[in-house]
Amino acid sequence: MQAILRHLRLVRLFWSTSLAAEMEYRLNFVVASINSVGTLAGGIFGLFLFYRTGYRPGGWRWEEALVVMGLFTLLEGFTRTLLTPNLGRIVAHVQTGTLDFVLLKPISSQFWLSMRNFSPWGLPDVALGLGVIAYSAWRLGVAPAAIAAGLVPVALSVVTLYSLWFILGTTTIWFVKTYNVTEVLRGLLEAGMYPLAAYPAGYRIFFTFVVPVAFLTTVPAEIVLGREGQSMLFVAAAVAMGLLAFSIAFWRFALRYYTSASS
Amino acid sequence: MPIIVAEHLSKSYRAAAKEPGMLGTLRHFVRRRYRLIEAVRDVSFSIEPGEIVGFLGPNGAGKTTALKMLSGLIHPTAGRCEVAGHTPFARDSAFLRSITLVMGQKQQLIWDLPVLDSLRINAAVYDIPEAEARRRVDELAAMLGLTTQLTQPVRKLSLGERMKAELMAALLHRPSILFLDEPTLGLDVNAQASVREFLLSYNQRHGATILLTSHYKADITALCRREMLIDKGTLIYDGDLAAMIERLAPCREVRLDLRRAYAAEELAPFGEVRTIEGRAAHLLVRREDLTRVLPRILSDLDVEDLTVGDPPVEQIIGQVFNGQASANADVQTPTPGAAQGAAT
Repeated sequence: MQAILRHLRLVRLFWSTSLAAEMEYRLNFVVASINSVGTLAGGIFGLFLFYRTGYRPGGWRWEEALVVMGLFTLLEGFTRTLLTPNLGRIVAHVQTGTLDFVLLKPISSQFWLSMRNFSPWGLPDVALGLGVIAYSAWRLGVAPAAIAAGLVPVALSVVTLYSLWFILGTTTIWFVKTYNVTEVLRGLLEAGMYPLAAYPAGYRIFFTFVVPVAFLTTVPAEIVLGREGQSMLFVAAAVAMGLLAFSIAFWRFALRYYTSASS
Repeated sequence: MPIIVAEHLSKSYRAAAKEPGMLGTLRHFVRRRYRLIEAVRDVSFSIEPGEIVGFLGPNGAGKTTALKMLSGLIHPTAGRCEVAGHTPFARDSAFLRSITLVMGQKQQLIWDLPVLDSLRINAAVYDIPEAEARRRVDELAAMLGLTTQLTQPVRKLSLGERMKAELMAALLHRPSILFLDEPTLGLDVNAQASVREFLLSYNQRHGATILLTSHYKADITALCRREMLIDKGTLIYDGDLAAMIERLAPCREVRLDLRRAYAAEELAPFGEVRTIEGRAAHLLVRREDLTRVLPRILSDLDVEDLTVGDPPVEQIIGQVFNGQASANADVQTPTPGAAQGAAT
């Protein structure tokens, strides 16, 4: 318990300091907001093109597909708030050798590397994503209790997304330059913008078993909307926990190969 | 009982070898060839609590690699080391709380924020209660002569102030073992001196053990009574180096910027001519002759600028080497490496 409190205190301190550093740049907020609105509008327009003709991929209704879109935007916000600012920096830490300082702190290096920074510029995405989900849920008449229960699958998809990023970030220890890899991952994750049923079978298999995009947006949406039962929740939990455990083990394994940039 | 023990410590790296030019690049891309670099070779020593020991050697000698093994950042290829009863590479919490590593070329402070913000984070990471942290910050700030600088963003600090702030961040948890890698690198003479004074008083106040690397001889002679000389990964000397240098390298280096080029014969009467490059010349002058020779240089030669310093570490090492080969009696703790090194 004491350890949890200590870590929470640290997170508060980490985030308040990085917020202080980010707040130096006010114009960024405007740019980030415009960017978020633009991306979401583009996504919804794409979805609209699908549905305009009456085509319903996999039997998903317009509002149901919007839930997926909302989840995608929410995760995009999470990525910009925590994943990019933290995991994107692992490369710099390895290149300049400042990872040394992180490793010598009496605290989990994975915790430090994952939580040290906080960027407010993803918050507009988070707000928009929540807005779209709330709107669709209201249109679909989803019960508040079902929405509350939906927090669990959403939390699981956050864990899945984080683990995927961290596993990729870890490969920096060997390859040093991995900017491109995270770009490829982001590109693949874009697929999560639409219900997986909208893709041909081959893609669906790829996005379920190779890069588990399905578990990021489609599966949680299916659980919230009651399209899938509790058993799917267990599968999602197993995927999330499995990936998280793997990311922890993989990081420990990678550190054995860390040679530290020479001075 | 020693607080730091290294036994037959070795570290070798696999480094990619690449030939220059486009063809070399292509070959390097298609089929990479590696070469084994032995950064540290069979080094053994032990350090008692409270000692200040200098690690002296040219660039690439293996000093930093040795420090990284002792602080637990990298795993030794062979041999073992123990620091305060812990195996460093396990990096357990008790070990990490008892050591610190300061690197002259890397910084842990947050660039955009005042020093105090970084210190607050470190205090929280090391579980130091707020009131106690404030007390320690005040104490360290007073010792280092930092005051108003603590509320300035790090990017606005001078190099010397930044190094002092780095020391504060590194020492806030009051470690008993300090690994310092080139802590005075790039600092001007005054800042170097004040960092040295601070380290000495920290050592006295807290009985801390300090192992520092430097290639400024002044750092070493001012702080350490014991020096370890490392070259090409091998420990070639362990003992009181300052005294030994006085005996074996009794010369000072006189660097001259001249208004015209002189021939070696013209400069020979003043000392041993090391190099002449255009109008710049390096002479070695015996210490006892220095006061007599300098006025003569200034009056007889057309001098634009003149500086007197110690010969570079590489040269001292060469001299220590040769001295060791001829006068083995000076070696206090002969190591297997020393014999091997002298033979090559």
